[in-house]
Amino acid sequence: MSELDTWYARLAKGAISRREFMGRAAALGASSVAISTMLESSARAAADTPTKGGVLRLGLAGGSTTDSVDVTSYNDSVMIDVAHGLFNGLVEWGQDGKPHPELAESFEPRNGAKDWVFNLRKGVKFSNGQEFTADDAVYSLNLHRGDTKSGGASSMKPVTDVKKLDKYQIQISLTAPDADLPYALTDYHILMVPENFKDWAKPVGTGAFTLEKFDPGVRIVLKKRPDYWKDGRGWLDGADVTVINDGSARLNALISGQVDAINRVDHKAVGLLSKSPKIEVVRAPGGWHTVLAMEIDKDPYTNPDIRLALKYAIDREQILKALFSGYGTLGNDHPIPRTDPYFNSELPQRPHDPEKAAFHFKKAGVSDPKIVLQASDAAFNGAVDMATLLQADAAKAGIKLEVKKEPADGFWDNVWLKGPFVESYWGGRAAATQMLSVDYAAGAPWNETHWKNEKFEKLLADARGETDEAKRKTYIWEMQAMLNEDGGAVIPAFRDWLDAHNNKVGGHTPHGGFDMDNGMILDKAWLKS
Amino acid sequence: MGRLILQRSILGVLTLLAASALIFIGTEILPGDLASAILQNQATPETLAKLRLDLGLDKPAIVRYFAWLLGALRGDFGHSLANGRDVLEEITPRFANTMFLAAYAAVVAVPLAVGLGLAAAIRQGGVFDRTVNVLTLMTISVPEYFLAYLLIKYVAVDLGWFPSLANVSSDTPFFDRLYYAFLPMLTLVLVIVAHMMRMTRASVLAVMASPYIEMAILKGLTKTRIVLRHALPNALAPIISVIALNLAYLIVGVVVVETVFVYPGLGQLMVDEVSKHDVPVVQACGLIFAATFIALNMLADILSILSNPRLRQPR
Repeated sequence: MSELDTWYARLAKGAISRREFMGRAAALGASSVAISTMLESSARAAADTPTKGGVLRLGLAGGSTTDSVDVTSYNDSVMIDVAHGLFNGLVEWGQDGKPHPELAESFEPRNGAKDWVFNLRKGVKFSNGQEFTADDAVYSLNLHRGDTKSGGASSMKPVTDVKKLDKYQIQISLTAPDADLPYALTDYHILMVPENFKDWAKPVGTGAFTLEKFDPGVRIVLKKRPDYWKDGRGWLDGADVTVINDGSARLNALISGQVDAINRVDHKAVGLLSKSPKIEVVRAPGGWHTVLAMEIDKDPYTNPDIRLALKYAIDREQILKALFSGYGTLGNDHPIPRTDPYFNSELPQRPHDPEKAAFHFKKAGVSDPKIVLQASDAAFNGAVDMATLLQADAAKAGIKLEVKKEPADGFWDNVWLKGPFVESYWGGRAAATQMLSVDYAAGAPWNETHWKNEKFEKLLADARGETDEAKRKTYIWEMQAMLNEDGGAVIPAFRDWLDAHNNKVGGHTPHGGFDMDNGMILDKAWLKS
Repeated sequence: MGRLILQRSILGVLTLLAASALIFIGTEILPGDLASAILQNQATPETLAKLRLDLGLDKPAIVRYFAWLLGALRGDFGHSLANGRDVLEEITPRFANTMFLAAYAAVVAVPLAVGLGLAAAIRQGGVFDRTVNVLTLMTISVPEYFLAYLLIKYVAVDLGWFPSLANVSSDTPFFDRLYYAFLPMLTLVLVIVAHMMRMTRASVLAVMASPYIEMAILKGLTKTRIVLRHALPNALAPIISVIALNLAYLIVGVVVVETVFVYPGLGQLMVDEVSKHDVPVVQACGLIFAATFIALNMLADILSILSNPRLRQPR
């Protein structure tokens, strides 16, 4: 347990006051939003302490018949949630937005954060009885390196070498210093399996459960391991995961009591659900955000005034309400969410200002710029509606904007990264520097706005290499301001994760990373007797 | 008549071949491929190329199609591109589920529809006739997913009599299966009853207008006896056709019901795989659906012939 978790546990038990907790948490560097979400959940959790036993029944969206237990293959909730019951990572992304030790007991940068040493926890056993050691860690990390189809490859890309120092110690070497490497290792693909492990039909992990039944896209059953190593986790006797991709069916299953918890609650249903005394909605503000990406090296978006005109034209409040029923936060044209410890809280929120939009549009001096937004609901649910709203907003500022509806099938292949002005989304990353490098670094394969700025590159490299918190903060804040003013991405809104559970479930807490407590629900949750 | 059946069978196989080619072409002309569907926006050019090579997507479409067709003839449907599992293994339990639900619904719906239709014909114009007509028309007019939600709202949530999740698995005991699949079954029954019931009623009434029925009435037979013994045998052909059509619907057209009740049937599998561009599985599903449709129609043809003595005799 991390220090913050310890304080949190004391708060939940009523051993310390809310005020004291806030002070402690702030001292440990938790952001104010993270603290308030923890306080909120503690109020709910206060009445009960964890108890052992029971089978948690989950009804989850995000599963398919093509799912596999192969750690390199995950791309949606069902497998992410199941995997975190079967396996552990080296590092856990805590509720405070910071990395916490998991299978790595401790970690420290060397050589100016160009190398990282991870000390592995001793005596942890895989489900086949074998002990977890450095060889397993090296193998597991290398699954996502080199010639691989892993979705975790991008997190491991800067890694040049993974090597065993002794039985319980490994070293990871990087192309360039990165103070945030532990964040990268919280990637949900990067989980530990035994050396040379390949038989994914019979997974062997260090997690709280073993696989009992695997019917992909339909049902997955997990059974408790008697000897789980983690303190204060792994309360359940088992888990029964039913894949329910239909939103109404998921809600019905929860209301009629056939499952205990669900993910991705339709935001329109939250009001109704909250009225039920038997059901609690878990709302987690996070890093998931919508993007309208302009490629700034293609006309007319080369003109910074055109970009500013669109940024001022869009009515963010309206989009937040129309798309997410208000269950989200306003975006400020940079990808760092309010929950991030490095969120630039002094940067003024860009208002909806048609006059300013008209002013910048005129200043750009392009008579007919032919602004065409390529939209598809493949980008995210409601993307086409958002495009239409922007079109109406732009018209108010005298800007003619055309919406071109693209087919959902093949959108990511044929439209994204190809068109000069397209819709997309980002799921958020554990570290601010990660988010900025993956989407805005020059030469990054997914740099959708073709943002290339020398000063930004230097700030990004400095921020990654810097271990001094105060300095890092100024660098990361500055980058946010640059993107806000000059960048090619209009980021109207961040969406909250909305889960729900019945009143039997405890320990299902909000996390900004992903739905269902960032996929950790099976590790963390318990059932009230 | 043996020749007739042979002729129909050959036609059926040809239709099946044409259907398989159409499905393949359909999946090919969709934009994007399996690799990009799996990786979505996590794709980098390197991971895409690697995945495509792994999946054999670099070979031309026509080569992949014939390789598959030859395999299918030998009973080898290949492996799923997405998770490497044997296609037949993947499909078999799903198909069994679909057949179970279809049989469950058919066992309830067919006798119910024919019985209601006959009763309505016997009491033509009466209160019973009108009530049955209006009620069945109502259930067929409501979209099936809406009907399903209504049943969930009242029967599953408010009354709590039956579960709204029909997530049966291979080890669910038979009677539990009947219980879990009750609401999907009821939805399907409500959807198909009207069609069969009205056809039964209409074709019986059409026969009732013939002179030989008049003779039977003059003989002083009861209405029930006239309908069952004299009118029904001559009205069977169209009824059989409609029943066959509805049975085919129960197998190939229940995607919506499967989705709403989370029933792990073949329709849901196919929708899943289409969105992932997993051609071998989609092909196999399509083939099964096409074969079912063709077989049931053939069966209806043959039964109609058997029910009609004039066609039964070779000319």
